[in-house]
Amino acid sequence: MSAATETALGLTESKGAVAKAVKFVVYAGLFVVFAGPLLALLVSSFNHVSDPTQLSIVPKSPTLDNFRIAFDHGVLKYLFNSFFVVGFGLLLQVAVSVLAGYALARKIFPGMTLVMVAILATMMLPEEILALPLTLVLADLPLVHLNLMGTLAGMIVPLGAWAFSILVMTEFMKDVPKELEEAARIDGAGEFRIFAQIILPLCKPALGVIGVFGFTMIWDQYLLPLLVATNSDSYTLPLALRTLRIDPVVTPGVVMAASLLALLPSVMVFLFFQRSFARGLTAGALKG
Amino acid sequence: MSLKEAAPPVPPPAAPPSGARRRGSGARSGARKRSGKWWIPWLFLAPALILFVYFKFIPMAQAVSMSVQEVRPYLGNTWVGTANYVEILSSEGFRSATWNTILLAIGQTFGSMALGFGLALLVEGQTRKLTFIRSAAFLPVVVPIAVVAELWRIMYHPTSDGLLNQVIGLIGLGPSGFINDPDTSLASIAVTGIWRGAPYDMMIFLAGLAGIDRGLYEAATVDGASTKQRILHVTLPGLRPVFAILFVLAAVRGFRSFTEVFLLTNGGPNGSTEVVMTLIYKLGLEQNRLGVGSAGAVLLFVATLILTVCVQLLRKRRAV
Repeated sequence: MSAATETALGLTESKGAVAKAVKFVVYAGLFVVFAGPLLALLVSSFNHVSDPTQLSIVPKSPTLDNFRIAFDHGVLKYLFNSFFVVGFGLLLQVAVSVLAGYALARKIFPGMTLVMVAILATMMLPEEILALPLTLVLADLPLVHLNLMGTLAGMIVPLGAWAFSILVMTEFMKDVPKELEEAARIDGAGEFRIFAQIILPLCKPALGVIGVFGFTMIWDQYLLPLLVATNSDSYTLPLALRTLRIDPVVTPGVVMAASLLALLPSVMVFLFFQRSFARGLTAGALKG
Repeated sequence: MSLKEAAPPVPPPAAPPSGARRRGSGARSGARKRSGKWWIPWLFLAPALILFVYFKFIPMAQAVSMSVQEVRPYLGNTWVGTANYVEILSSEGFRSATWNTILLAIGQTFGSMALGFGLALLVEGQTRKLTFIRSAAFLPVVVPIAVVAELWRIMYHPTSDGLLNQVIGLIGLGPSGFINDPDTSLASIAVTGIWRGAPYDMMIFLAGLAGIDRGLYEAATVDGASTKQRILHVTLPGLRPVFAILFVLAAVRGFRSFTEVFLLTNGGPNGSTEVVMTLIYKLGLEQNRLGVGSAGAVLLFVATLILTVCVQLLRKRRAV
């Protein structure tokens, strides 16, 4: 028995037929509990489901009608809004994080500890707690007096700076050897060039982490769009699910079709970038 | 558009440092300090700091200031001191919402951690099958919360042909009203929360399990320890820091839960699932009582702060 495969339960050791059967049942049960509801969602979205009490689990009479009806209710527009928000939101978030990370990781300057404390403090200020004043701030941005209520920009800019991304970037940029930077400096490279051409290209794994986490974080937003969207034109897809459901002529099959469109992007991102995901989970949680 | 305004200013490339040709001694220790003007780090930090000030610190200051005023749009606010706090603390609605929030946070935190720990033990390992099961089990975490709520809403259908009622009917239970019955509504929301929270905890536990010295397991086996003893004396102590972190994360998440409650029950039936956040939302945005709502938000903030600080202190003491 090699030490590398040793686990807490030592399940790999159990060999008998009974043990195997028990294991199979346990894993099948796990699969049904966690992935089952999502499979039901998938199947229902392609089936005629008119009964509000049911999801279809067995595929029968496959149809695209649910999607057609969902599109008639403007789901494509909401999907576009969601992509707009996640696209620009992520761009802004990544740009802000790499810039801040560079300063925090590669420079020593007076006030640095204070900045670090301020950034960590924002983790204690989730937008749930700030919901009410945030609507006032967004309705009349201090100094510039812009009203972002009812605009997609209002759902984007508050997400621009995210402490998690900045911390991941900072930690990673700290590990880039100083010699590389010095060599570039001796060759006459300017500050921005060093940032963009020396440090940033070496941080691709960290960019993957903050990209994947930023995407799922922004895609999952609910309260912020709910506060900002003053009319259905600026709804994102998650917001639209509720209005779809309340609509008396819409069947659960249609709600599930719209839900499928709402979950696919983040599920795909997770499935394609699992490695970045796992890395970020431990970075985010275990460093605490 | 305003979007441009918030976009990070591109820092202009700084002039090459004057001593660029200098080489050799002293470069190492001085590299970070002499690398440019004092304002360069602030230029790089500016976008982040501006956004944090606008969307975190100003709103927080405003929450505190609104909580001691009567907020009257167009008329100007009037100072009311602690009246908002007195009002919200003495209201029956806030007290029951606080109680519901605590129950929900406890249920979700311990449910997710217990289930997540069990799952992690079951799926720990390197085989292909396990990787597949792990990914499948993790899916609920990446599904948007709004979708989770809509999906569970249908599954919780209160009649006997609802999906979950059929499942519990197989073992002779039900039909339950789930989210439509004041007795089971809060527990139902907790179950949905655990479904989404347990796989997340599982992943963190797995990372923690990977950090446990394999040699300890072997030693324990050689010493004739049973599986139970191995978990009790090797696994659990090794995971202690993970438990502490997950506890804080999950408890804070539970304190501020909003979306799942808002979409599944919106506080009903009969106020049985009203939590602090849904109450604040209703006070502030539906009844326009921003002062009282802000007082509630400040209290919620203080509660999460106290919880985090306490756990950190406990961790520190134990570590020393």
